[in-house]
Amino acid sequence: MSKNLTVTSSPHRRDSISTQKIMLMVIIALLPSVVASAIYFGGRAILLIAVCVATCVLTEFICRKLMKRNQTISDLSACVTGILLALNLPVTLPIWEAIIGSFVAIAVVKQLFGGIGQNFANPAIVGRIVLMLSFTADMTTWAIPKYYQASEGVITGATPLVSGDSSYMDLFLGNVGGCLGETSALAILIGGLFLIVMRVITPSAPISFIGTVALLTFITGGDVLYQVLAGGLLLGAFFMATDYSTTPITEKGKIIFGIGCGIITFVIRNYGGYPEGVSFSILLMNILTPYIDRLTMTKPVGAKYPEKNKEEVSK
Amino acid sequence: MADIKQHSNWYEFTKGLIKENPNLVSLLGMCPTLAVTTEAINGIGMGLATTFVLVGSNLVISLLKNVIPKQVKLPAYIVIIAGFVTVIEMLMHGFIPSLYSALGNFLSLIVVNCIILGRAEMFASKNKVLPSICDGLGMGLGFTLSLTLMGSIRELIGSGSIFGISLGIPQSMTLFIMPAGGFFVLGMIIAVINKVAKKKPPQEMGCKGCPNASTCKGNGGCEQ
Repeated sequence: MSKNLTVTSSPHRRDSISTQKIMLMVIIALLPSVVASAIYFGGRAILLIAVCVATCVLTEFICRKLMKRNQTISDLSACVTGILLALNLPVTLPIWEAIIGSFVAIAVVKQLFGGIGQNFANPAIVGRIVLMLSFTADMTTWAIPKYYQASEGVITGATPLVSGDSSYMDLFLGNVGGCLGETSALAILIGGLFLIVMRVITPSAPISFIGTVALLTFITGGDVLYQVLAGGLLLGAFFMATDYSTTPITEKGKIIFGIGCGIITFVIRNYGGYPEGVSFSILLMNILTPYIDRLTMTKPVGAKYPEKNKEEVSK
Repeated sequence: MADIKQHSNWYEFTKGLIKENPNLVSLLGMCPTLAVTTEAINGIGMGLATTFVLVGSNLVISLLKNVIPKQVKLPAYIVIIAGFVTVIEMLMHGFIPSLYSALGNFLSLIVVNCIILGRAEMFASKNKVLPSICDGLGMGLGFTLSLTLMGSIRELIGSGSIFGISLGIPQSMTLFIMPAGGFFVLGMIIAVINKVAKKKPPQEMGCKGCPNASTCKGNGGCEQ
């Protein structure tokens, strides 16, 4: 009898959902973008994604072995990091640079801080920023997609954010120059909606992020739809501003996070030295996440007010 | 002053190199460390200039330790240090103008480098002249060593050259000569030094110190 009455601390009710399942759903949501990048940029896009994923998983495996911790590669989080990082790279990037980016993302940002759930910043974002600051020329050479022009060979051009001459339809479908995954708004929206429907993410952070950029662009008289569709805004908003361990837990916090990202993105795009500010904005807000969490902590039902308030009431 | 344990002069010299390295173990003088180490030669220059000031100020302060009143010891130290900094600044301006312009403001800022004031307060004001000189020399060379190491790594990866000699690497990671790269390299070196110099055994908690040991009767199973 006593065996049936074990007393344990919470949680008492366990769901069948696991980290592995969540990460699998994120990978499924990223598949449309992967397919779109293969269609627009050809086989090298797939090669780049494969290299990033392989390096991320291998780095995680070696790090956990060296630090004598239990293996965590089976939870697929390194796989997600690899795909996300690759989707943030231009197709012409040398392979060895992609390997460095993946190594930094997993070894420095994730494993040095203790592995999954302990990292303070999104690994893929930091991997991209390290590459951006280190190999600026390679990272800002955007290949123009296959179907853009009939002529042979890869032709490079400016990102549509700078040139500003792409049609809305091209931007929506992804027929513009840019990173692998950021060009096709359609593919990202399909993936994002899938995540929201499957309740892997809540729509608050992406909506407040995109909404803030749109609102600020509208106020300053810019092209709202163009600013939303061009660049990495959609990719960042749906897949990176919703990362579990580096964004706030509460809904209110997520909205603050999104608004902050939106403001920083808008400022960098319009007044900064770099053409795109999504990755920097998410990194900066990642750093603020613990403070946002503390500010927006929800009170338990029936919680007593702190002592200080009581004294004030009695006075 | 007699109650301080006496060590050999050799010990006072060598402790600053790695074991009590002012930069990598005591974490003093971070400002020049991160700012000037974009090239190895800057690191050497800055380190040797600091060594000169350190030896000079340690010498004078240990000579004057009984003369300087306690109430004004900090201003007195600063005046002595500033004197030596002015000397090295003028010498460098006259003889190595390229290094002088590369180091810029950070040369005059040696005055407020906490390594120098720290050694004056912690060591020179309590010890005899010869140990103080040895201490200053060791600490200064330790500082030079860490600056040169950092400068070499950052120059090698950041601009693909070493001591200004290009190695013909086509692509270099510009990040490493940016401030972020400085912090990164510093962190890595400190990690290695900690591993080498301290060799602490990994702390194992075990069931002995565990407050829940009575519940699980020492069966374990709670480790990750």
